[in-house]
Amino acid sequence: MKKEDLPQDPSALGAHTRELCYVKNDSGKYETALSQGWEVKKLALDSAWDEVEERIAAAQQAVKDGVSSPIRYFMELRLMDVSVLSGYTGIFPFFIKRHLKPSVFKKMSDKKLQKYADAFEITLDTLKNFKG
Amino acid sequence: MELNHVESSFEHLQTAHCENGVTTALLRHQGLDFMTEPLAFGMGSGLFYIQIPFLTVNNGPAISFRTMPGAIFKRTCSALGVKINHKRFSSEAGAQEFLDLKLSQDVPVGCQVGVFHLTYFPKEYRFHFNAHNLIVYGKQQDHYLISDPVMETVTQLTAEELTKVRFAKGTFAPKGHIYYPESISEVSAHTVRKAIVKGIKRNIRDMLYIPGSVAGVDGIRYTANHIRKWRSKLGPRKAGLYLGQIVRMQEEIGTGGGGFRFLYGAFLEQAGGILEDDRVAQLSDEFTKSGDLWRNSAIKMAGVYKGRLTEQSDFDEIADIMLEIRAVEKDAFKRLSKLNLSAK
Repeated sequence: MKKEDLPQDPSALGAHTRELCYVKNDSGKYETALSQGWEVKKLALDSAWDEVEERIAAAQQAVKDGVSSPIRYFMELRLMDVSVLSGYTGIFPFFIKRHLKPSVFKKMSDKKLQKYADAFEITLDTLKNFKG
Repeated sequence: MELNHVESSFEHLQTAHCENGVTTALLRHQGLDFMTEPLAFGMGSGLFYIQIPFLTVNNGPAISFRTMPGAIFKRTCSALGVKINHKRFSSEAGAQEFLDLKLSQDVPVGCQVGVFHLTYFPKEYRFHFNAHNLIVYGKQQDHYLISDPVMETVTQLTAEELTKVRFAKGTFAPKGHIYYPESISEVSAHTVRKAIVKGIKRNIRDMLYIPGSVAGVDGIRYTANHIRKWRSKLGPRKAGLYLGQIVRMQEEIGTGGGGFRFLYGAFLEQAGGILEDDRVAQLSDEFTKSGDLWRNSAIKMAGVYKGRLTEQSDFDEIADIMLEIRAVEKDAFKRLSKLNLSAK
């Protein structure tokens, strides 16, 4: 990539930083240059977030419909999957999958629920009272 | 006063990739002024390609354009005869205590962190990714002074924020991982040349001779063959998301562009100068070419997730570019191999 071809498209990096790239200068040598972003990858990131939003919306609907427990909604909201959530709660994936069921969720102790609330960085009440 | 000293003696260095950056900045801080990001990347045999079969990451294919996290620091230091120390911790308090101890001794250290809770990162970049690296170089009251190599300037984190990212959970959970060069003896010009040659040879091995078909140059073909099937197998929307994931692994902040290929081109250019071997520098152009091809394929892939390109022929065209990339890289590493480099 030549230095003059380095894209400077607006991106989420925005006010935070510019990124360092390796480019060829006029005499054909490598040097570094700063880029604000590239539309091609901005769109890739945007589409990843669209997907996240959709998963959150689907989880919310599932809670509303009584198909899933609030744990599924907050898990999606925090971009987690079962294995990441297992890391943050210390609860084995097998049990987490059970806790995603509303019938099991209803019978869970506050102590256990608190572990989830901490992992999601929300209060116990918020977790218990989320209706979708 | 001592803290000011710490602050002034460490020099922030912005690099394309975080682990290269931590390696380069820490070694430069210890007096190895010749170190550059491309040299760290090349000595550490950083260039790679792999698609891990049957595994998905963030609901997309698990693809990497670089070697394992941690390998660049370890290999580069070991090739230069630098002793390193690294530690992981079971307790958060223990991790902070050890960090404070090193800082009180004026030793800047590398830390592996997760980016999900990394407050100074743009929100859009904060996924559960745990193989990010930064340098902690001082402490002022409750604030740790942070030099994050991908950022233009230095930044700060509170003790609580730093502990949170050092104990992020999930794949590659850092467990407070801390590392730094412990003792450095005089590094001779001969050692530098040897480190470069060793790095190149290991990279030839990784890209050409790694067993199986999912890694090295053959891994590129493996992905290409998958892409041909994605349209009918996954449908256009999911296929677009998968391609988007490849583009992000390939081009996002931290890669230097073109899936680290430009960075490797820059390494060979510098290596040619140090080894006084024009043939090495000339092969740098092959990696520039490969990087440019990777970027072309990214533009095509963007056409798919934008919804502009929807035909099977578009997917075939992307796969064909990747086969061309494989051929370019295979040829380049074969030619590097034929040079029979040795450190005079």
